[in-house]
Amino acid sequence: MKQIILKRLSMLVLVLVGVTMLTFFLSHVIPGDPARMMVGQRATEETLQEVRRQLGLDQPVWVQYFTYIQGLFAGDLGTSIRTQQPVSDDLLTFFPATLELALLAFVIAILFGVPIGILSAVKKDTAWDHAGRLFSIAGVSTPVFWSGLVGILIFYKFLDWLPSSGRLDLSVPPPLKITGLYLLDSLLTGNWAAFKNSLLHLLLPSFTLAFAQLAIVTRQVRASMLEVLGQEYIRTALANGISGPVLLFRYALRNALIPTITVVGLSFGSLLGGAVVTETIFSWPGMGKYVVDSIAFLDFPAIMGFTFVISIGYVLINLLVDLTYYALNPEMKE
Amino acid sequence: MSAEVHTSTVTRTVNPFWYTCRKNPLMLAGIVVLVIILLLSLFAPLISSYEPTKINIKDRFAPPSAEHWFGTDEVGRDIFTRILYGARLSLGVGVAVVLGAGLIGTVIGSISGYFGGRIDQIIMRLMDMILAFPSLVLAMAVAATLGPNLQNAMLAIAIIKIPVYVRLARAETLSLREKLYVKAAVTFGIKPWRIITRHIIPNAISPVIIQVTLDIGDAILLVATLGFLGLGAQPPTPEWGAMISVGWKHLLDYWWYPTFPGFALFLASCAFNLIGDGVRDILDPKANR
Repeated sequence: MKQIILKRLSMLVLVLVGVTMLTFFLSHVIPGDPARMMVGQRATEETLQEVRRQLGLDQPVWVQYFTYIQGLFAGDLGTSIRTQQPVSDDLLTFFPATLELALLAFVIAILFGVPIGILSAVKKDTAWDHAGRLFSIAGVSTPVFWSGLVGILIFYKFLDWLPSSGRLDLSVPPPLKITGLYLLDSLLTGNWAAFKNSLLHLLLPSFTLAFAQLAIVTRQVRASMLEVLGQEYIRTALANGISGPVLLFRYALRNALIPTITVVGLSFGSLLGGAVVTETIFSWPGMGKYVVDSIAFLDFPAIMGFTFVISIGYVLINLLVDLTYYALNPEMKE
Repeated sequence: MSAEVHTSTVTRTVNPFWYTCRKNPLMLAGIVVLVIILLLSLFAPLISSYEPTKINIKDRFAPPSAEHWFGTDEVGRDIFTRILYGARLSLGVGVAVVLGAGLIGTVIGSISGYFGGRIDQIIMRLMDMILAFPSLVLAMAVAATLGPNLQNAMLAIAIIKIPVYVRLARAETLSLREKLYVKAAVTFGIKPWRIITRHIIPNAISPVIIQVTLDIGDAILLVATLGFLGLGAQPPTPEWGAMISVGWKHLLDYWWYPTFPGFALFLASCAFNLIGDGVRDILDPKANR
């Protein structure tokens, strides 16, 4: 157990080096001349050289990489060309909105995905099962941007039940900032108007984002439930007169959930990727929309800062998932 | 008379295609949808009298009607026609990217597994690094760096798809390397390159094929997603993602514009995923359905 954790941690260091090398390579080596991009085409050669010296671009590549790493340790992700603000400040401003959206989508995916998966497995090869399988294939086949658009058409344009953009109506002031998550902050401060309004704004984007995730969870729960239900200890339990919910939840589900945790955790990355698209569609002021707006400006510090932060988050989540897996799996105990 | 009976039993027992389809109706549905899409895109010039890029300002934003089945876009191009021509691009690119990634990944993976040692270490750590990124985010970063166009988007998607194939091929190679016929080939002094291409890869290909069919649907979505984000095919190219990237801004006034290309995308990706699931069931009976 200890060895595994140590091995995972040493892997983590390696991966972090890899991530920084890749983002450095993509942001500093490939895109031609950042100094030229900053000063524009009409600047004189002298200005160009001056900016180049200021940016450290006249140094050898490995020195530049070292400076880059030093900056990263100090929380410096560079300055955005578009907003003229430090990228780290920008990302910090937009982070809570993304976190709120991703967390809710995550909860929705599990809340719906696990029961549908169980139902599909228990009623294998019935109409329920076929519907469940079709649903999960539809989920992974639907482009996130399209399900978002269809959601807006139905629930905003035709039914007019839900808002289609932003985190709050313009008439509703945001709740006092504690965590930056509007839902939580308004709950903590007892601001019911803001709570209700932000929940309404969250529904469409979070369900859109959860849809693909839901399919992956359903598929995994079904597969591992089927495997567990076919095992001998379940038959023994049945023979001993244990059945119904006790058998299903105490005996089968607990074991079926172990591989599910891994898959759910690993697919959190696609949720982060999906957030980029979802935020764009719903004008959700998070990091995803920030990076898409930056792409239009070819704002490399912003794009790479986002890539870096998201990748580090992804790596850490994966580590957490693995450790949970080891902790929960009794076979790993010795 | 007896010969007739004989042939009929033979046709009933040896047609594995129909047998599989009857056992797996969802896969059949996928094949049917895919064939329809392929035929429609192939015969696009015969089916539609419009041209995919011809501008006709007079007819801009015409709603779906008998003349324009799926309506027209902001410069009066027929959306149905553009979807038909777009199918060639979206499907072609998706298939090409996955085949390319599968081929490169298999070669790298079998080299890594066959030689082992330091080469293996370096290759696998490199693959771990690529896998450490969330795939869409990495594809975005690569495509943005290389410059927004379709080729670079394809390259970006191929890069994020390669590691899976490397891992698959490497795992297969590790067990194939111990097989008697490979060891015999080594004793005969056959060159490693020949052993890899003649003895290892052909025997390691089955899991790669499964992965390829499962990946195509996803690759089509990724190409379209990059197109949607402005990092793939650029307008006026009739690529589905690029069409939606312009069309979604008109969603509330002209709902048909982004809705139909999106539906085509959904159908195509769904068809490939259904087929992929079916192929896995056939080639890998152990996997849970």
